[in-house]
Amino acid sequence: MLVNRQVAIIGGGPAGLTAAIEAAKVGAQVLIIDENARPGGQLFKQIHKFFGSKAHNAGVRGMDIGLNLLKETEESGAETWLNSTVIGLYEGNRLSVVRTMEDGSKKIHTVQAEKILIATGSQENTINFDGWTIPGVMGAGCAQTMINVNRVMPGTKALMVGSGNVGLMVSYQMLQAGIDVLGVVEAAPKISGYNVHAAKICRAGVPFYLRHTIIHAEADESGTLCRATIAALDEKWNPSPNTEQSFDVNLVCIAAGLRPLAKLAQMYGVEHGFIPELGGWMPLHDENMETNIQGIYVAGDTAGVEEANTAMDEGRLAGISIAQSLQLLPDQEAEQCKAEIRARLESLRLGPFGERRLQAKNRIVKKEVQL
Amino acid sequence: MYITDHPILGAEENTEMVNITVDGVPLRVRKGSMIAAALLANGIKVNRYTLKHHEPRGVFCGIGQCTDCVMIVNGQPNVRTCITPVEENMVIMTQNKD
Ligand code: FES
Repeated sequence: MLVNRQVAIIGGGPAGLTAAIEAAKVGAQVLIIDENARPGGQLFKQIHKFFGSKAHNAGVRGMDIGLNLLKETEESGAETWLNSTVIGLYEGNRLSVVRTMEDGSKKIHTVQAEKILIATGSQENTINFDGWTIPGVMGAGCAQTMINVNRVMPGTKALMVGSGNVGLMVSYQMLQAGIDVLGVVEAAPKISGYNVHAAKICRAGVPFYLRHTIIHAEADESGTLCRATIAALDEKWNPSPNTEQSFDVNLVCIAAGLRPLAKLAQMYGVEHGFIPELGGWMPLHDENMETNIQGIYVAGDTAGVEEANTAMDEGRLAGISIAQSLQLLPDQEAEQCKAEIRARLESLRLGPFGERRLQAKNRIVKKEVQL
Repeated sequence: MYITDHPILGAEENTEMVNITVDGVPLRVRKGSMIAAALLANGIKVNRYTLKHHEPRGVFCGIGQCTDCVMIVNGQPNVRTCITPVEENMVIMTQNKD
């Protein structure tokens, strides 16, 4: 079946939903396609309060921001296909979608849209140590989903590998859920996330193993994780002999950063660049979040891994740009809205972490990225 | 184990249960929860075995990206159990068990 829409948005997370709201509220015919049973992306596992200014939902928990977005999306009149996977993006702005119908059956639909936004988010990186595939070893975000969204314990005794903000926050959220966190392992000589997050787990008595890495995981007779071994790193970042320490754990979480999930953009031949500060290879965009291919936009983690607040503003920027190019918004009004959002985004990209991202984003827009 | 009480999320309000079977064993699990989560709550951590080396795999990404959690659900193989909710009378099998 061929379905025509003005705007198709792939991914109903923070970036996709805000874009949909902006475009739909000025009259664009918007279709959001999301793989999950519920939209909202990864907002619902973020049970912590957000930082930033009032304009950025400071003090509001991610999950509550998610609920608001769902409500606004519904009111905007945007249409949503859930449990539906985009499996291809082809010439002529055509999407191939495996859509789940109301009766549960699956049908292949072709969706043709004037404007397409790819907002598929990001994916966790992993570390390939000996035993990393044993059940019980998982991404930190996976454990977070199990605890905060599904409300089940993925284990009872855990080791966290990585001390970035995800590693720190998920460690704290594991403690909140009643999981014993035996330690946080970090290869660098210092904790890599914010001090506020580190302090919370320090106070709870969780030890940090800096200059250490995980080298080995073991399974019991059931095939699931029962022990993990770490070792100190020498000046060449190799594990030093005789420094091994083992922990009886049934959960190892890997928090080794995220990378943009942009397979569809790649498939369509969108220009990519390598930007380590934003997670590696990613589709590039201009100041309107449009890629080098006219009509194809990116926003949120797909356009460089940051956080939910920046994703929401990038989504708004994309949504307004789309509405403007569909002539649903007068140029002057659109330009003014976009200038406000860009200023907000700049104020979000502050501090030692934010500044590097700001510089990287400026390089992208100014087309100074190495291809 | 289910997390019934939580300092931020509060007490679990959804207490409705459904019946499923996993490798022929009947289980009562929380309605609407994802299959992989319902299994974890019951101590089941292996969802499938790899084809070539017959190694166990369990949830790894939890959001439908890695396919480590696929199982045979109502006769259909390769179902990503971390993003598929349980339903009454669902028949779930460990994929490539023998
Ligand atoms: S755990 Fe990765 S797809 Fe289910």
